[in-house]
Amino acid sequence: MARFSFFGEGLPGIDLEELKGKLIVLEGSDGVGRSTHIGLLKQWLENNGHAVLDTGMTRSPLAGKRLKQAKEGHTLGGIAMSLFYATDFADRLENEIIPALRAGFIVLTDRYIYSLMARAIVRGADPEWLREVYGFALKPDAIFYLRVNIDDLVTRVLQSTGFNYWESGMDLHMGEDLYESFVRYQRWLLGEFDKMVETYGFDIVDASGTVEEVFPRLRDRIQRIVERNGHAQ
Amino acid sequence: MAGGMKMYGKHRFPGRLFIVEGIDGSGKSTQLMLLHKWLESEGYVVYFSEWNSSPLVRDVTKRGKKKQMLTPMTFSLIHATDFADRTEHDIITPLKAGAVVLADRYIFTAFARDVVRGVSPTWVRGLYEFAVKPTVSFYFRAPLDVAMKRILGGRDAIKYYEAGMDLGLSDDIEKCFELFQGKLIEQYEKMVDEFGLVPIDATRSIEEQQAEVRRIVMHALEGTKKTRIRRWLDLASLAKDSRA
Repeated sequence: MARFSFFGEGLPGIDLEELKGKLIVLEGSDGVGRSTHIGLLKQWLENNGHAVLDTGMTRSPLAGKRLKQAKEGHTLGGIAMSLFYATDFADRLENEIIPALRAGFIVLTDRYIYSLMARAIVRGADPEWLREVYGFALKPDAIFYLRVNIDDLVTRVLQSTGFNYWESGMDLHMGEDLYESFVRYQRWLLGEFDKMVETYGFDIVDASGTVEEVFPRLRDRIQRIVERNGHAQ
Repeated sequence: MAGGMKMYGKHRFPGRLFIVEGIDGSGKSTQLMLLHKWLESEGYVVYFSEWNSSPLVRDVTKRGKKKQMLTPMTFSLIHATDFADRTEHDIITPLKAGAVVLADRYIFTAFARDVVRGVSPTWVRGLYEFAVKPTVSFYFRAPLDVAMKRILGGRDAIKYYEAGMDLGLSDDIEKCFELFQGKLIEQYEKMVDEFGLVPIDATRSIEEQQAEVRRIVMHALEGTKKTRIRRWLDLASLAKDSRA
């Protein structure tokens, strides 16, 4: 029996039996340190002899560039934007993730359908509809949800990149200024993530500490996934 | 748009939406053009909407097609993205304002071609749940050989995806196109009852078909306001058939 399965109506022309690798997802809000941890995990896994593909959102060869422009120009409506992200995701799933799994890689992905769904929901898309649309996604082996509270998040973002328009949800006209908008938008997103914890079996990782504190927790849990020889979720 | 995604059949607008469907060569675009002219001459405010309209999405679609990098799934999703943009900008807005909206091809085109490409019929129907249900959906029913005669020879070269070359039905592009169109007809026929498409016999004369379309549209327009200014109406009536 195949290790992997789709959430719903799957992709045409994919033989699940062929997929041998592991699919590991890191989720969490902006500025929570996902990409730092993915970099460290990749290094550690490779040191241990595993081939790793790391991938993230809005990087697909098909739509990545235009998606960035759409974000910056914020010209597309909520449903169209949600579907543009879904297109980009499908391109990466079929052309990067699935071939890597077929070749026996460990795929570390910076965000997955959960972030895409949370963002779409706060922009007015229907949750049930989104779940159907993303039925073509593969169920991952594990979803690590790097969780911080809103106060920690604000501090982190201030220390690193500052608030940008999109991360602040300014297109939603939620507040007078970037700060107010950022806080309300991120709180809303956190709420949507929290709702998904049980439905999708998120493994919550307390990400409020330093990288040195958080990384070992993550590493130990991933060790178990890598050693496990069972079905994905 | 936060908080309000309306599903198929649940929209309530003062305007009317008429759409035409059918395979290439069924004559649907000609019929829609004639309907458009007539509605304007009658004094209605008419908006015309077609596929591949948003510039950003159009770029991605074009590139994906040119480089043949689309899979059935990304083909389906990129067209749904474009359609969503079209719905949000081109269709809902004029319908709210009470206009008559005409669309050359609609969600049924996507259902037909995506399913032929192997995408799940239930999935693709769910994908387009946000679409506005048309007031009337015309299906121009043409036998394959009739449509083929109208197309081949009389148009530019057929393109890769248009011919369904990605399905590998045949190495010969014209042969592949014909096989693909045949499969699309099968899908359309299934949708006639499922979605209440109104079939128009596309083998009849253009005039006969148009008369039937206008009869059906006129009936569906009852209660819709003509919003043209008076002077325009007078001018339009001059151009109308004097016997009418």
